[in-house]
Formats: sequence, C-alpha cells, structure tokens
Amino acid sequence: MLLIPCPYCGERAEIEFRSGGEAHIARPAAPESRSDAAWRDYLFIRTSPKGVHFERWNHAHGCQRWFNVARDTVTDEILAVYRMGDTPPETVR
Amino acid sequence: MSQPFRLTAGGRIDRSQTIPFTFDGRSLTGHPGDTLASALLANGVHLVGRSFKYHRPRGIMTAGSEEPNALVQLAPEKSRTEPNARATVVELKDGLAARSQNRWPSLDVDLGQLNDLLSPLFPAGFYYKTFMWPKAFWEKVYEPRIRKIAGLGEAPSKPDPDRYLHRHAHCDVLVVGGGAAGITAALAAGRQGRRVILCDEQPELGGGLLSRAAAVVEGLDALAALPEVLVLTRTTCTGYYDHNYLVLLERVTDHLAAPHPDLPRQRLWRVRAKEVVLATGALERPLVFRGNDRPGVMLASAARTFVNRYAVKLGERAVVFTNNDTAYAAALDLHAAGITIGCIVDARPEPEGPLVAAARERGMRIRTGSVVTGTEGPRRVNQAAVAKLDDGGAIAGYLGEVEPCDLLLVSGGWNPNVGLFSQARGKLRFDAALQAFLPGEAPLPKEQRLRSVGACAGDFSGFDAPPTPLRALWAVPADRSGKAFVDFQNDVTAKDLGLALTEGFRSIEHVKRFTTTGMGTDQGKTSNVNALAIVAETLAKPVVEVGTTTFRPPYVPVTFGALVGHSRGELFDVERRTPLHDLAVERGAVFEDVGNWKRARYFPRRGEDMHAAVARECRTVRETGGILDASTLGKIDIQGRDARTFLDRVYTNAWSKLAPGKCRYGLMLRDDGMVFDDGVTACLDDRHFHMTTTTGGAPRVLAWLEDLLQTEWPDLEVYLTSVTEEWATMAVNGPLARSIIAPLVEDCDLGADAFPHMAWRTARIAGVQGRIFRISFTGELSFEVNVPADRGAEVLAALLAESEPKGATLYGTETMHVLRAEKGFIIVGQETDGTTTPIDLGMDWIIAEKKGDFIGKRGLARPDLVVQGRKQLVGLLTTDQKTVLEEGAQVVETPQGRVPRPMLGHVTSAYFSPNVGRPIALALIEGGHARHGTTLYVPLPGRHPIPVEVTRPIFFDPDNARLHG
Repeated sequence: MLLIPCPYCGERAEIEFRSGGEAHIARPAAPESRSDAAWRDYLFIRTSPKGVHFERWNHAHGCQRWFNVARDTVTDEILAVYRMGDTPPETVR
Repeated sequence: MSQPFRLTAGGRIDRSQTIPFTFDGRSLTGHPGDTLASALLANGVHLVGRSFKYHRPRGIMTAGSEEPNALVQLAPEKSRTEPNARATVVELKDGLAARSQNRWPSLDVDLGQLNDLLSPLFPAGFYYKTFMWPKAFWEKVYEPRIRKIAGLGEAPSKPDPDRYLHRHAHCDVLVVGGGAAGITAALAAGRQGRRVILCDEQPELGGGLLSRAAAVVEGLDALAALPEVLVLTRTTCTGYYDHNYLVLLERVTDHLAAPHPDLPRQRLWRVRAKEVVLATGALERPLVFRGNDRPGVMLASAARTFVNRYAVKLGERAVVFTNNDTAYAAALDLHAAGITIGCIVDARPEPEGPLVAAARERGMRIRTGSVVTGTEGPRRVNQAAVAKLDDGGAIAGYLGEVEPCDLLLVSGGWNPNVGLFSQARGKLRFDAALQAFLPGEAPLPKEQRLRSVGACAGDFSGFDAPPTPLRALWAVPADRSGKAFVDFQNDVTAKDLGLALTEGFRSIEHVKRFTTTGMGTDQGKTSNVNALAIVAETLAKPVVEVGTTTFRPPYVPVTFGALVGHSRGELFDVERRTPLHDLAVERGAVFEDVGNWKRARYFPRRGEDMHAAVARECRTVRETGGILDASTLGKIDIQGRDARTFLDRVYTNAWSKLAPGKCRYGLMLRDDGMVFDDGVTACLDDRHFHMTTTTGGAPRVLAWLEDLLQTEWPDLEVYLTSVTEEWATMAVNGPLARSIIAPLVEDCDLGADAFPHMAWRTARIAGVQGRIFRISFTGELSFEVNVPADRGAEVLAALLAESEPKGATLYGTETMHVLRAEKGFIIVGQETDGTTTPIDLGMDWIIAEKKGDFIGKRGLARPDLVVQGRKQLVGLLTTDQKTVLEEGAQVVETPQGRVPRPMLGHVTSAYFSPNVGRPIALALIEGGHARHGTTLYVPLPGRHPIPVEVTRPIFFDPDNARLHG
C-alpha cells in the first residue's frame, strides 16, 4: 500500500485516496469545434507509460482535495507531488 | 513405553510435564517445547502422511515452516478444523488431535497408493491431456474423482467461532527474524532509542542457535530492557508490500489448550516501517535422487534440530548425504546423541575442513566423490544405495553399494531466504560459490528502505561451518526406474521437469505451471532452486538465465479469519438506515439492500406474499394514496455565485431561467455522452440550489462534481455539501395526496394553481418546519415532504394517522419500481448501463441544444452515437398477457432458427402491473424506436420463446392527466 504525501495533509496511506487517472488532460475548450479524433483522444487515449506517470489523486477520506503525483509505474516510487494547475517539477519532467 | 525415542537429557523441552495428544486416534504424549513433529518422532512415528498425487508414504523432512510433506488436519470440529497444518510448526498442546491427510482407508494401508504403480499414466500435465475427452466428462466424472484422490486436507464446513484482530503499527525499524543477526540488529537500533519491532515465527527467539547442542541465545535480557523494542514471537512476516508496508501474522493463542476467552486467536499486524532489516536466515536444500521422499529422509539441519532442540533420537543408524560441510555438524551432533553414523556420502572428491576432520576423528566413514543413487523401505527408509560419481558427473553403477540405515540426512546446500527481499522488488543475483540466489546490488525503489543481514544476505559467519565450498549437485543421475522428487508437496519429479522441456516449455514460469512445481502451501521453499537449476542443466544454460519464478505473498499460509478480522457478519459492511427505518420495521417491512442502505421493499399484511403485497400497494397508491420513504435519495446543497452556470454545464437541459420556488428534472452525462445520473434540482434562491441524485449514485455524483470544480473549473465559485442525511423525505402520492397532507400543513397554499407540479414551498408540516416538493415518480399527484432528519419519524407518524383512515398505505421500493415502469420512467443503472445515451432512451427533449456547452454534448455527436441501429428503450407486452419476462433476458427476432440467434437487446425491467392488468416490461432493443407494433421473441429457460409486442415505453395514463390533479 502506497504512502502518498498529500500536499495539504502530509503522508497518508493509500486507502485514504482515490486515484483519478492520468493528469494534465484538460477538457478541451470549445468542444464542438473539435474533431471526432480529437474528442476520442481526450476521452479515451492515455499514455500508460512504463516509467514516470503523471496522475491525479484525490484525498477522498481526508481533505478531499485533488492534486497531482508523479509516480514511477515500475517501482511505484513517488517522485513528486504538486498542486492542481501546476506543472510538474523540473526534476521529473 | 511412552516416547521411546526421547533422549534422556538435553533439549529445550520440559520433561517435568507430559502433554497428551492424538494422531489418527492413537494416544501419544510429548512435552512442553515440542512441536507436533518432534513429539511424533519421539514416539517413533515417521510416516505421517500420503503424498498429493501418488499417495506415497511421506515423513517429516524439515523442522520449520518450509515443510512440504508433514501436512496434517488439526482439530475434529467442523468449525475449527484446519487443513494442511505443518506438523513442524504446530506447537504441542493438551488434547491436540491431529489426523493424517489424503489416505484411505488408513495411513498404513492406502488404496490411493495404486496411483504410484500407475504413475506412468500420470506425468506432469496429465490433467490437460488425458481428460480432455469427452468434454462433458471433465465436470461430472474426471474432476470430482481426481479431486477425491489427489488432494490435501478438508476445509472447515461451519462458521469460524474464533476472533481475529487487526492492528496497525508504525515503527522506525522492523526486524524480521529473531536469530542471532536479527537480535543484533534490534539491539543496535533499540540502543539508539529507535522504535523497533522484532518479529519471529518461532515461540522463542534464537533462530538457528536453538538447533545447537546446549544452545545459548545472547542479548535477550538486553532487548527486554529496551522500552521501545517490541518483540513479537509466533509472528511471521507474510508479505512485504509497497513503501515499506509489511503484514505480520501473530498466532496469539493457537498454542494454548485453554486460551483466555478475551484473547483473539490470531492478530494481523499491518506495519509501516521507516526501515526494515531482513534477518530471515537460510533454508537448506534437499538433494534429488530416487526415493528421496521416503520417511526417514530428512534435511541434515532438521535432524540436528530434532536431536538438539527436541531431544529426539531419530533413528539407530544414519547415512548422511551432502555436497557441503554443514551436514557434518549434524553428523557430529547425532553421533554425540548416540546415533550411529553409518557413513557420510560426500559428493565432493576431497572434502576437508575442521568439521570433516572432526568426523574423521570420531571414526566416521566418509565416502568421498559419491552419491546416494536411491533408497528402499516400504514405510520408512531401510537402506541407501551409494555409488561413485566421476568428475564428469556420471555414475558407474546405479544400484551401487547398499548402506543399511533408518535415517538418511541430506544437504544440497543452502538458499538464503530472499523471499521478502524479492517481494519488496529487490533484484536477485546468482552466487556461483553458494550456488544460490542472493540479494542483488541494484538499488531498490527509494521507499523500500531495507537491508538484509546474516544468512539471508549470504553471510554465513553465524554457522558452525559455511555451506561453501560445495559441489553443485542438482539431480543425481538416474536410470529410468523410480522417482526422484524435486517438489515433494506436488509430487513433481526431475523427470516431470524434463518432460515439460520436451513439450517445448522454456520459461521457468511456464514450466512451473505445467508441472505445478513450486506451487502449494509451501510455495516451493525447498524445491524452487533445485527445479530451476535442473531446468538450466537440461537446457545447458546458466542458472541465472533461467531466473526465478516470482515470489509472492503470503510467505506462509494465512487463515481467512486473520485477513477478514472483524469484518464479518454485521460488521462486514456499513449499514445505512433512514430516519424512518424504525417505523418501517414496526409496520412489518421487508427490507432490501440498495447500496449500503436498507430500504423497505414492501409491507406485507397477514397472509400476503411479496406478489400480493406489491399488487395491493400498487393499486392503493393509484386509487387512494401511498407514502414512500425516499430519504435515501442523494441530496447535495449547492451554493455560490456561479451555481447556476455550474448546473448548466453538468446537466443536459437549461437552468438559466429556473426561478426560486421551482424545480426541474435533470439528466447528467459523462463526457462520452452516456447517461451518468438523474434527479430533480430545486432553486432555493439565485445562488442556492438543492440537488437530488439517485440513491446509489450519490457518492460518485458528489465526487464527480467536486472533481470538475477543483480541476476543470476552479474559476467557478460553487460550494457543494452532501445533505443526504440531513433530511427525512416522504413522498405522498395518489389522488388523495393533497387531502392527506392538507390537515398537517401550515403556511403553505396547496392549491393546484398556487402550488403547481414542479414547484416547491417551505411549510410547517405537523408542526415541523420543512420543504414540500411537487415532484412525482409515480405519475400521480405527489407531494414530497422533507423535514429535518431527527423530526422525520414524528412527521411520518402524523402522515400515517391522516392517511390510513382514508385507505392509503405505506409502500416500498418494489411498488415504486412497478409504478414508475407503468409510466416508463427510467432508473439509471437499470435502463442504462454506461453505454446508453438520452437519445437511446427517447429523451431527446431533455437536451438543450441551444444553451452552449455541457458535459456530454460533444460526446453525443461522436460517430458511434449517431449511427442507426443503436439499442433504444421500448416497452414490451407479452402477447399471452400472463408471462412476466425476466430482467436480463435476451430479445430475438424469430422464435426458430439456429442458436445463438442474433440478439437484438435485453429486457431491463419486467413486472406484473396490477393497474394495467398485465405484465409490462422495458427493454433496450436495436433500432427499437422504429419497431413499435412489431412482434419479437424472448427466449426463457425451458420454455418456447415468448412472443412480445413492442410498444412505446409507457403503459399507464399516457397523457399525464393524473399528475396535475
């Protein structure tokens, strides 16, 4: 079970959190002008990398805030935690 | 004589007390400090079980938790019986009753042993080949028979009466293993003032030290004096998970004959450790030769343990077969205990060193450069055949020279116990000197802060003699006769591994699954390295290229009880009750689970079954009136400057003009265009709304809305609060609804003009300040009364006092379902399944094309959502007017033809409707909207396909005349 450092509450066990999938997939502005392919990509296409993955977590059973995590999918190492709207720290980009 | 094979002196047993126990009904005795295995051996019992597949006689091979053979059934009670207990770790207690397994009619005479003679028919993989035909025979004939013949113990068949606890713990250092290395580590950390947990699976600390003659374990007093060091004995670390999270299984009272009733049987520890020290020692390897599974064949280290720790005279004459020095320590100790060492068979041509010299000094015959090629003996070994092994590893004569013995000690080297290291994602390396796997150099994930010490790290300085140098010896060359076992528990032989390779399997993971080597309750602790080395040898590859199979938790078997802990019975899951629950109980409600909620399903009266009760409730609601507890509906309080904008974006319809005092039905989609949830939302004022959701959808709707606000639209000022449990909600339905509530309502004009459908008002109801919503899920005139939850029961009592004299009734969810289906109102999750759009449901009217973007709008225009032939919601009427269809039943075009016929869709809801006077159903059917008036067929099991007429999905009051009454 992962130990996730919530940027608002500190380290908490994984059972307190809900995973929200890949991060930095903003809902496109002006959806009606987007092509079918672009909308498909937004809805369904995810990178699923072997290595560093930027993903959203929600401290559902704590402060209920959403935030971003950079996690290595091979080792489950948590490389960085940063707030919604922020860009990933230089060190993990 | 009792315990005829007990040595008169020595050992860590208490001879002053005698413990009675039974094995296969036979009364025996032992002493405190004994395991079941040591007590059996002290009574001369070497044959303790029959093997899994061939029913071969099996004895005790190890003295620890790695035991593959000596599996017994404990306790006769159906509730407490425990299968596959390892006799080597079961502590003896008064009244212990153990049974051998997998034999019939008895351990001595086992008819299953015929399998051994027929074994050419049962090589590895025989299940997959032999029993493939005819197909139906597998389930009915082959599998039950195989299960009866091949197998282990019996699972308990009654509920477990024992209690199990869970405990969460945090520590600076968790030390796994309480041998010399672990004690040293715990002392070092404890002396720095660190919070330490030291766990060990044995009843006392000491590990390998306990197996020495006149064992002395140092450091225990010093450990006890450290206040921050917690020592857990009888506690096995079963799993090493992410981020230094480990699970320990503590056996609290298993060893006690009469435990204190307040104590749990076992306790599962979940430990988050800042650092972990693995001091898990090493496990000795058996050697692979013909008949290496006979009772009396035992690991050299195990024999040493039984003699020194448990004071058991294991036999009269032992032969020792080894490829390294460690077995000499065992030979010397057995010799000192009065057991004759017939000879030491050492595969190495020129063994030397202090222990070898000591053996020579005591006159032991050492047959160098030799191997045991086989054993004989019906129920226990009585002789071993010894032959010379040449430098190339070949043997001159397989029969060899006969060495009589009643005990055969084997040592094929030592495997550092790297299972937990590997579970922690550590990479292993193969050590050529040890011929075994060791923790590798590659860094671990940074959160896995651990180090391995002692024998599990390849440091054998704590041994009397290191297991090197050794001569790698994986399988003694054999002729075609006889079986040389690699995996004892699964009856996998060296030949089976060869067969797997002949069949073309190359990956060790595939070889494992084909042969079952390394499976079972011991997970191949004694067999894995031998197996993969044999595979490597056969393929002429280095062992490191073959690699290991994956080490997975749990390290030892864990009872389900320990995993479950308190989460059973009524503590299994949360049970939510509405504020009106007790009143429903008083009125005899039958409840159903809806999510975590208990909802009243129907209220049977004397003599009524569900069908009769629901039919009566359905009629009563439409003829007079009825009251439903709707408190479980999700309720979200929405406030803020941008609340209205937010609703416009999350619902498909327009909210910009909804005035205070009004409410509106809304449909929520996901961004792929599929229906997500629905409900009615009321405008309290321009910046304040009261949203309702489905009962089951409440948590995910709130989470989704919160997600959108935090991540997509942080610019919106909107605050969400769950108020589901703030309100008691009573839906008063039916033609008499107004006259039922009118006498109780103050400060509110209930007239149809003043208070129309889809409006809401504040009011005092039975003296309680609340809200009334004119919304209807039945199609009847309906007032939904909301009062603060703690006043709900009294308001409902007042409503019932008004309604029951008028003939109205409480009704439950089943009636609610029928009534809404009569009107064709959907239930999200029943008429929809995550692939259903509003268009599919015929709800085009709820999509506001003009209002701009909303969640799901772009999704609805995706190519797959605008094609012809999508499944669409329709009504179905069975033409016989009698048959109630089954929910989930498929719908087809024709009654005849080959099966499977093209399936057009499925029935989503089906009921008998007392108000329509016939069965009704809703269904999702390909191109359904264009099929109205046609006849389709619904196949039901054991019946001719049922003809059904496709209709609009509305069966009652199609003009909604009753709604406004």
